[in-house]
Amino acid sequence: MEKADALRKVQEIFIDILDNDDIVLTYNSSANDVDEWDSLNHIQLVVAIEKAFKIRFTSQEIQRWKNVGEMLDCIIAKNA
Amino acid sequence: MKTFSALKKNLKNDFSALKNIKIALLGDTATQFLQQAIRGMGFEHGLDLQIWEADFDQIERQIFDPTSDLYEYKPDVIIFFQSSHKLLGKYNKLKQEEYYTLADRQIQLIKNICAEVNSKLSAKIVFYNYPEIDDSVFGNYANSIESSFLFQIRKLNYEQMQFAAANSNYYLVDISSIQNQLGKKFLFQTAVYINTEMVLSIDVLPYIAEKTVDLIRAFNGDFKKCLVLDLDNTLWGGIIGDDGIENIQLGMLGIGKAFIEFQYWIKKLKNRGIILAVCSKNTESIAKEPFEKHPDIILHLDDIAVFVANWDNKVDNIKHIQRILNIGFDSMVFLDDNPFERNIVRENIPLLTVPELPEDPADYLEFLYTLNLFETISYSNQDIDRTKQYQIEAERALIQQSFLNEDEFLKSLDMISVVESFNKFNTPRVAQLSQRSNQFNLRTIRYTEMDIEALGISKVHHTFSFTLKDKFGDNGLICAVILNKKAHDTLFIDSWFMSCRVLKRGMEGFVLNTISNYAKENGFKYLEGEYIPTVKNEMVKDHYLNLGFNQLQKSWILDVNNYQNKECFIETHSLTIENN
Repeated sequence: MEKADALRKVQEIFIDILDNDDIVLTYNSSANDVDEWDSLNHIQLVVAIEKAFKIRFTSQEIQRWKNVGEMLDCIIAKNA
Repeated sequence: MKTFSALKKNLKNDFSALKNIKIALLGDTATQFLQQAIRGMGFEHGLDLQIWEADFDQIERQIFDPTSDLYEYKPDVIIFFQSSHKLLGKYNKLKQEEYYTLADRQIQLIKNICAEVNSKLSAKIVFYNYPEIDDSVFGNYANSIESSFLFQIRKLNYEQMQFAAANSNYYLVDISSIQNQLGKKFLFQTAVYINTEMVLSIDVLPYIAEKTVDLIRAFNGDFKKCLVLDLDNTLWGGIIGDDGIENIQLGMLGIGKAFIEFQYWIKKLKNRGIILAVCSKNTESIAKEPFEKHPDIILHLDDIAVFVANWDNKVDNIKHIQRILNIGFDSMVFLDDNPFERNIVRENIPLLTVPELPEDPADYLEFLYTLNLFETISYSNQDIDRTKQYQIEAERALIQQSFLNEDEFLKSLDMISVVESFNKFNTPRVAQLSQRSNQFNLRTIRYTEMDIEALGISKVHHTFSFTLKDKFGDNGLICAVILNKKAHDTLFIDSWFMSCRVLKRGMEGFVLNTISNYAKENGFKYLEGEYIPTVKNEMVKDHYLNLGFNQLQKSWILDVNNYQNKECFIETHSLTIENN
């Protein structure tokens, strides 16, 4: 899977779960850049991403990512 | 089932027109998502659940501090969610020789919490029970070891049921049964738990919320009273008109077994007070044949309050059933194997609940088990007789047609009413009637058994319950009135509700005669009534006007000294109203 494709798919999930059409994600986006992205919504996003990509993150992975790019790398590695 | 994400989106909708109920949610784990799911689910059912959430793990502080925010908030309902994980944590911290005391300690804490809440608030108390965790320390042998965690958690669930059975203001939401249905993997996700302190998975939240809101809806009088059944391929396999009584599938062999078990389930519903009706496209005599002659049939004609079998369309027939029973479509469920019939009925009677039965009759029961269609918060002996009462009502209606004059008809009924104040014998039924009556209910205040008990001994309230029986049968307790001493000369009618089964018998006049005379004898000058409109009680919009009350702004006043008793044909059996 291409990282750019994964980004588009993840962005759609963010828009849906956080209910905000204006969200634009880049590889460098972090929780600081998206208003609704707090620790609670984070877990809801993670579960939605797991479902969409049919993968499972470990508990530690979920806390480790510093930005969207790292999350995408993790998704792609699991999908390989 | 809607997803959690969809429920959360509901939170942005306009709740302003919805019925609001104040809820307090107290958990020993993080409950933010649960709070959102319950509020979102409330919206689905027309409720504005205003949920105050205690800070994380604050149950005991909120309960045992009389100045806490909880008591300040004065909720209508308090929901306690104590998790199995926290329970396991408590167990882990006990000394080994104390393990066997876990359930006793916890149930004692629950009892103390309830006593404290009941002494300070009139809120309904709701607890979640404990989904099982088997820690596999003893394997199967845990069942033999009282000190094992599995033994203790099961014991605690049982103790909670015992406590609920003995206490009218202790309601359980059975989330353990959700785990039985959906599996522990579905209920609990380690990643969510580790990262958020929440013990419920995102996916299970809607199920937990729905089961919780089902109970809140029942508190609010929103529950099912009647099950309307198709016959062919619903109650038995095959088509009675084509296959004949020898060839329909019903019995202990093959698929016949599924229908037998399905009928047993329906019979149990009937025995707990759900009214059964049949709506079938059939020739009536043929449709009745299996009920009369089939050796394996479980349901009999006397289990069914209204039997409609003809070739008219089902929409009209269900409307006909609804008129006879005089209950709302939203309290009726229709089961039919035919998707075409289901769709027509669903489109034309949107308030009716029409479950999408699975194609294979073998799946009917397992599917229906998951729907929790028949939530209730009360059960009394009268429920067993309900079908009989509706059958008698149909018979009465038939007789009435032969009388030209209504008074003659009423006289011929030999009606007798027993009037009593609330006491421990009639409390369950009075509470239940307050929850079930939607149409003939002037102010639609719902009471629990605990509320009714309190009113029975209140110094400022005067309570009346009315039964009605006639030569056809006994309707049981069908009406209640609660008067509140508002001023030295005025009794305010806090509640007046009546079962629609006894409309047009002159019961309203009889009740007014009773309370008006009572007021006069006890030195009051006025009765004051109020009508609070709901979507369902338009029937009594002009109730006080028709009874001769005079309007004064939003109230209705009756001068009891100038009141002429209404003519009625009901004799009173005994009058034992206590003068508090």
